[in-house]
Amino acid sequence: MKYLYLLFSSLKRKKLRTSLTMLSIMVAFLLFGYLSAIRQAFDAGIDVAGADRLIVRHKVSLIQLLPQSYEAKIERIEGVDNAMHQTWFGGIYQEPKNFFAQTPVVPEELFDLYPELIISDEHKAAWLENRTGAVVGRGLIKRFGWKLGDRIPINATIWGKKDGGRTWEFDVVGVYDGAEKGTDTSQFFFRYDYFDETRAGGTGLVGWYVVRVSDPDKAAEVAAAIDAEFANSAQETKAEAEGAFIQGFANQIGNIGFIIMSIMSAVFFTILLVAGNTMAYTVRERTNELAVLKAIGFTDAGVLGLVLGESLVITLVGGVLGLGLAWLLVSMGDPTSGSFPVFYLPTLNIFIGFGLIVAMAFVAGILPALQAQRLQIADALRR
Amino acid sequence: MTENSTNENLVKVSGVDKIFKRGSEVIHVLGGLDLAIPRGEFLALMGPSGSGKSTLLNLIGGLDRPSEGTVEVGGKRIDKLSERKLAAWRARHVGLVFQFYNLMPVLSAQKNVELPLLLTRLSKSERKKRAAIALDVVGLSHRSGHYPRQLSGGEQQRTGIARAIVTDPTLLLCDEPTGDLDRKSGDEILDLLQALNREQGKTIIMVTHDSHAAERATRTLYLNKGQLSSVPVD
Repeated sequence: MKYLYLLFSSLKRKKLRTSLTMLSIMVAFLLFGYLSAIRQAFDAGIDVAGADRLIVRHKVSLIQLLPQSYEAKIERIEGVDNAMHQTWFGGIYQEPKNFFAQTPVVPEELFDLYPELIISDEHKAAWLENRTGAVVGRGLIKRFGWKLGDRIPINATIWGKKDGGRTWEFDVVGVYDGAEKGTDTSQFFFRYDYFDETRAGGTGLVGWYVVRVSDPDKAAEVAAAIDAEFANSAQETKAEAEGAFIQGFANQIGNIGFIIMSIMSAVFFTILLVAGNTMAYTVRERTNELAVLKAIGFTDAGVLGLVLGESLVITLVGGVLGLGLAWLLVSMGDPTSGSFPVFYLPTLNIFIGFGLIVAMAFVAGILPALQAQRLQIADALRR
Repeated sequence: MTENSTNENLVKVSGVDKIFKRGSEVIHVLGGLDLAIPRGEFLALMGPSGSGKSTLLNLIGGLDRPSEGTVEVGGKRIDKLSERKLAAWRARHVGLVFQFYNLMPVLSAQKNVELPLLLTRLSKSERKKRAAIALDVVGLSHRSGHYPRQLSGGEQQRTGIARAIVTDPTLLLCDEPTGDLDRKSGDEILDLLQALNREQGKTIIMVTHDSHAAERATRTLYLNKGQLSSVPVD
């Protein structure tokens, strides 16, 4: 601790250069934090996907529909505990930028298959009593400032109504919360019976099935059994684990993890060169002072520690500011107005950030520190 | 030439050679040099540039090692000590005063003087107290909070001397301590060194080009072509 003032005093030597270096490091860690949140947003569904849940869709594509009658057949397959269907509604609330998912479901099945969606008995009962009722995630409620009893008009892009209209109206009768931080609370669920009776076409057809298996270890076998059940039928299926399904969805955009990692690697490599350059200059300019420190009794290891300490202070200040700023920006919420319903900076990534700070300090400082350690006092004092 | 020791010798240099290599060129700076310095002496080392004065000072102060021969200070051979032990020995026994002061520009006079005390187990308050005493000895108490750039050359050198004596070292090594100062400031520094020698019994070795400065010493030796002499060599 007694050497701290020596470290901080050294940083005051070239204030502009030190500040600019800290600023570069801050930007790198701001990017790291923010991109980590974006990556988390893409992976969120995968992280919270139930290990015991399968998704069964049309073999050709997700937009091909399946008969509702498949549900009973799926539930009869050995190893299946329960099944429910969902369908993509794809409506627009007020304007296209207000995107969020709307899904017709059977209420009792939804909360059985998705125990991570937490709703009060009172709200659940209200939903069962109101055919046009909708249950909305807490995030969505906050986003649009809705409250219970509000009537929400949604303009259909796919599902027209039998009466020729395209505006569906729903009553907000309940709110659900997420059991975990990564649970998506931006969804809008409404009743399938109302949907099926009101839609102009596609009656009896659903988008996909969510299936819960009795034993997660046998999920692959159950998935194969489901696909075998509907093989050679008009609507063959493809069953897969929920996590794999969501990953496949995300991969349609590209390998997000790889893209983010590539950006971060380039940024960190560049910043490493900047920080390393600063430390090299710092040592070169202070050859004489470091020699004096050694002359008055500082050991080689002591001088090595001082230079590494300076490197750590620079990266720590820049890094912590960057991570802090990233946390602040991420806390302000989804920057895409709905595409990232789960958007937060994971604690693990904050720890990884601190690990990167220490690693960057070491890599940037080690060569100049070794140079300082090897300094010959008599030679250096002559310079 | 051999300088014989009297009474108790604090420094004993025996058969010291120092060779520098610059590429393929080998430079013999010191050759078979012997020197004994009694405790409490104020020795001035004079000689032309490149004669090896600073090299000899560095060897006695443990800042460099001889190519051949031995260096003993206080009965201890320092030329064989490990780097770590030598650093600890320097911290405890040697005070260094440089021509260009070599103060840390980002530290106040007080903090500059405290630097060697960081290597001790003294508490913060004790370090501060001792640094204040050392600054008082050199007459700079009123400038303790000033940074080197705010001090005159003479004041900077006095701060350097305070830093050198703050650990109460056995030996004070001064390399051209007045070389960068005007006559008046130089005299003040020499007065101070003389007082430290006479009143506190510090053993001082001072390298200088200035015969006026050397007059303050109790003995003057001349170094020329790696050899010591008690009389100037033309």
